[in-house]
Amino acid sequence: MIAYRGKRSALALNQIWGLKMKVSITVNGTEHHGDVEPRTLLVHYIREVIGLTGTNVGCDTSSCGACTIHMNGEAVKSCTILAVQADGASVTTIEGLARDGVMHPMQTAFMENHGLQCGYCTPGMVMAAVGLLNENPKPTEEEVRMGLEGNLCRCTGYHNIVKSVLAAASAK
Amino acid sequence: MIPAAFDYKRASSAAEAISLVSQYGSDAKFLAGGHSLLPLMKLRLAQPAMLIDIGRVKDLSYIKDAGNHIAIGALTRHMDVETSKVLHEHAPLLAHAAGHVGDAQVRHRGTIGGSIAHADPASDLPATTLALGATYVVQGPKGQREIAAANFYKGFLESDLAADEMLIEIRVPKMQGAGWSFQKFNRRAQDWAIVGVAAWRRKGEAGVALVNMGSTPILATSVAGAIAKGASISDAAAMASNEADPQSDLNASTEYRKHLASVLVRRALEAASK
Repeated sequence: MIAYRGKRSALALNQIWGLKMKVSITVNGTEHHGDVEPRTLLVHYIREVIGLTGTNVGCDTSSCGACTIHMNGEAVKSCTILAVQADGASVTTIEGLARDGVMHPMQTAFMENHGLQCGYCTPGMVMAAVGLLNENPKPTEEEVRMGLEGNLCRCTGYHNIVKSVLAAASAK
Repeated sequence: MIPAAFDYKRASSAAEAISLVSQYGSDAKFLAGGHSLLPLMKLRLAQPAMLIDIGRVKDLSYIKDAGNHIAIGALTRHMDVETSKVLHEHAPLLAHAAGHVGDAQVRHRGTIGGSIAHADPASDLPATTLALGATYVVQGPKGQREIAAANFYKGFLESDLAADEMLIEIRVPKMQGAGWSFQKFNRRAQDWAIVGVAAWRRKGEAGVALVNMGSTPILATSVAGAIAKGASISDAAAMASNEADPQSDLNASTEYRKHLASVLVRRALEAASK
């Protein structure tokens, strides 16, 4: 039987405290090498080590989706992934969407359809929406609403976010 | 929040993972997708000193037609279960239930084996595989053994897995065209079920399991027994409330959960009987 326990016997805390591991993660096309503690979350690596602060931390419990990025092409929540798990992976953050100073069609659609108010959820919302259209290029309104179930917004009431995603889908 | 410090090893095969876990014993935990374990570690509800990352054991991610059952590798992600053609044909209840786990981002990372080994009574897939009469294959230092889902869940987050054993495969009997339904009652789309029901029916035969109605997922044998004896759906469903003694929490009282269980079992059996 497995029980979750706080007790440590074979491995003393001083043996694991500050232990570092090498990771190599490609972020927005650039390969980054670093030494991280195994417990470093991918979102903290992206924000604090690489310095890309577009990805936000909201709930920190994989509920709100503010930290959504793409890992090997799929939308994932970077607050619930260890940086060591992403070793060797290719990651795209909100900063990696624009090309040569031209916004991604999803970013344009959010702007044109007033898909944001305070903007805190927006990076994660946009990354989740891009991931959704990668898997389902022409979703129905209901599919957009269900497809974004992992992203919370406390301002917009979602209506304009759904409008934005549908606009980006029809612009393709 | 970041978890308490731990050491980290990466296994490239099940055999390597088991050899590592034998070395570190109860200080170690397997890390697959991490979507059950990491949240617990952030809250210090789990503080393993060693994580053995099995997320890269590629040969444990598969869905195969094995004759009378479908064999699913433990590291198959929820998204792959949800979209599997083989499962849509032979075990549609499981594919559908996998689509109710968390949200798309969670389903890209979480694995069926991780969810089952975690043994959370509020999770969708332990109860669904229980309703379907699945068998779990586990591997330890002495080799493999099979455990019927009905004998696997021992308590809250506790299973029959020994500390040095790893779940490697889930075998789900083909549903042979049985009617089915998955009912999940929650307040927000991505939430865990307040109460959930996985059910199938083929004439006088039925399988019903309950989500979040106790410390383990619960096989509602009295409901299936009543259907086998020819009871009406509403009479059989009424027995669901006596199958378990669920806890009261922020979302629902014990009485409300029991009421919900009967209502949802009735709805599930009605849908499965069409």
